[in-house]
Amino acid sequence: MKRIYVNEKWCLGCHLCEYECAFANSHLTDMVKALKGKVIHPKIRVEDGGDVHFAVNCRHCTDAVCVRSCISGALSFEDGMVAIDQNKCVGCLTCVLVCPFGAIMPAPEGGVAQKCMLCTDNLTGEPNCVRHCINNAIVYEERD
Amino acid sequence: MEYVIIGNSTAGIAAAERIRAIDKQGKITILSDEAYHTYGRPLISYYLLGKTDAERMKYRPADFYEKNNIKTLFSVHAERIDAEKKQVYLQGGKSLKYDKLLVATGSRPFVPPMAGLDKVPYFTFMTYADALALEKQLSPEKRVLIVGAGLIGLKCLEGIADRVKSVAVVDMAKQILPSILDEYGASLVQKQLEKHGAEFYLSDSVSSLEKGSALLKSGARVPFDILVVAAGVRPNVELVRDAGGKTERGILTDDRQETSLKDVYAAGDCTESFDITCDRSRILALLPNAQFQGACAGVNMAGGEAHFTNAIPMNAIGFFGSHVLTAGSYCGDTYEEKKGDTYKKLFFDGEKLNGFILIDLPERAGIYTSLLRNRTPLSQVDFEAMKKDPGLMAFSAAYREQKLARRV
Ligand SMILES: Cc1cc2nc3c(=O)[nH]c(=O)nc-3n(C[C@H](O)[C@H](O)[C@H](O)COP(=O)(O)OP(=O)(O)OC[C@H]3O[C@@H](n4cnc5c(N)ncnc54)[C@H](O)[C@@H]3O)c2cc1C
Ligand code: SF4
Ligand code: SF4
Repeated sequence: MKRIYVNEKWCLGCHLCEYECAFANSHLTDMVKALKGKVIHPKIRVEDGGDVHFAVNCRHCTDAVCVRSCISGALSFEDGMVAIDQNKCVGCLTCVLVCPFGAIMPAPEGGVAQKCMLCTDNLTGEPNCVRHCINNAIVYEERD
Repeated sequence: MEYVIIGNSTAGIAAAERIRAIDKQGKITILSDEAYHTYGRPLISYYLLGKTDAERMKYRPADFYEKNNIKTLFSVHAERIDAEKKQVYLQGGKSLKYDKLLVATGSRPFVPPMAGLDKVPYFTFMTYADALALEKQLSPEKRVLIVGAGLIGLKCLEGIADRVKSVAVVDMAKQILPSILDEYGASLVQKQLEKHGAEFYLSDSVSSLEKGSALLKSGARVPFDILVVAAGVRPNVELVRDAGGKTERGILTDDRQETSLKDVYAAGDCTESFDITCDRSRILALLPNAQFQGACAGVNMAGGEAHFTNAIPMNAIGFFGSHVLTAGSYCGDTYEEKKGDTYKKLFFDGEKLNGFILIDLPERAGIYTSLLRNRTPLSQVDFEAMKKDPGLMAFSAAYREQKLARRV
């Protein structure tokens, strides 16, 4: 299965991926309307430390500890992708407590968790963060 | 191969899934004395809160048993195991033969002796049936008394607080949630609950009950219309113990989840786990732990090889939109941040993170948890940075390359 992988040394720390994530998941087509003046809650986050920058989002782990720990069965595998069913989720945050990447988080509207679904849950259909990364610091491909 | 699983909840389901992944042909039977499709046990409070319903409470999809070719026997109590003859004897006289057996019987409510309890109806809060029965009694003019300010008692409180007139909670401990919080953390959460009208009688206990009111040791008299007893749970060890298997407070197993009886495995709340944050065997009655144990048992039952060697206590509990995330053991040096109603406390010694308390600071808490579960030497990370903000920056570039540039 294709996943998002990080090429740390190419990351400029521009945070564009965070904006592109927020835009894709706003379900709007006008970027200005989607983002201007808004606090964004992207599912990808860039960490910055001196010269080092990298983006982190859900790794879609093989035997994902979030899926194993979810109290409601809201997290499951869909063809290898770790999917969240926010309709089932009760927002207990057990998944947040166990994800070793800090890649699943409370949704801004409260009451449920949110995570990267590789843009299968929005209009873009393929990871919008990767598509707009100018330096190939994140890529979407098959790896072992 | 015939697999029998007693208990249709997290541990039992996890085992069945792993067995089926390895053994496509074997016959799997899950039996339970509850009447329902597997449901997330912690969801019963969310059900009363109106955050979920019978359909969405299903822990696995409606076609789970059919898809995995699992036979179910619901509303059936297993009475006895004969580990020599490899038989489980069921209530009503029937029996089931097994090659590999999993005991995933969980726990049951502990009801302490209280004078007058025989004369008042009361509820416990463990099952969906308990929640449905309690719900029938809820109405805006009723007063509720909950005995027990632990996780289950307070989740019950959250579930019903806004559906009744008042809720009072009595507990012998001097603070709420003593199993997961220190005094300061408990006082923050207590304030939250009091905002929703909850009244607490701590360092106190019920001295006697009569219809409509309880007399407490302190002399206080608390009127109530509904009584809920949530004073703790006791693991269901009897099946294994009576068959001659080793038990202490919980069922004892090896790290493959096999009991001292050959081909009898045990997993979940009915067992003890070896807590690696304090190096002792204890009961960790928590859902993720039940899943880890059940999955491990399943692999071994089906002839694979799995070892469960990193059990830790870890709990995420929410009340009215605020979140308490805790894990590990509270020993060693501490690091604290207190800002408004948020609270962070880390416990560590020279080499390892031992535990943490996070109140309304859930962001990326799993990075702390990973330090606990992996017993990561703190010399391998920038722990000073990590204290303030859990992040992957605090790890080595090589670690990040492992985790972010490869399949995990
Ligand atoms: C109100 C509440 C809230 C909770 N909240 C959380 C939470 O937020 N996070 C968390 O991690 N954990 C929570 N827990 C704990 C969590 O539910 C348990 O850790 C988990 O359900 C354990 O799963 P299990 O499979 O070991 O056992 P259980 O879920 O207890 O299931 C055991 C099953 O076996 C059946 N059984 C027992 N004996 C027999 C027999 N002889 N014959 C037939 N059937 C039998 C029982 O009826 C039961 O259905 C909560 C528990 C409660 C009650
Ligand atoms: S949310 Fe975390 S644990 Fe779950 S699959 Fe993604 S990276 Fe793995
Ligand atoms: S917050 Fe939602 S997805 Fe996460 S563990 Fe709880 S119910 Fe499952």
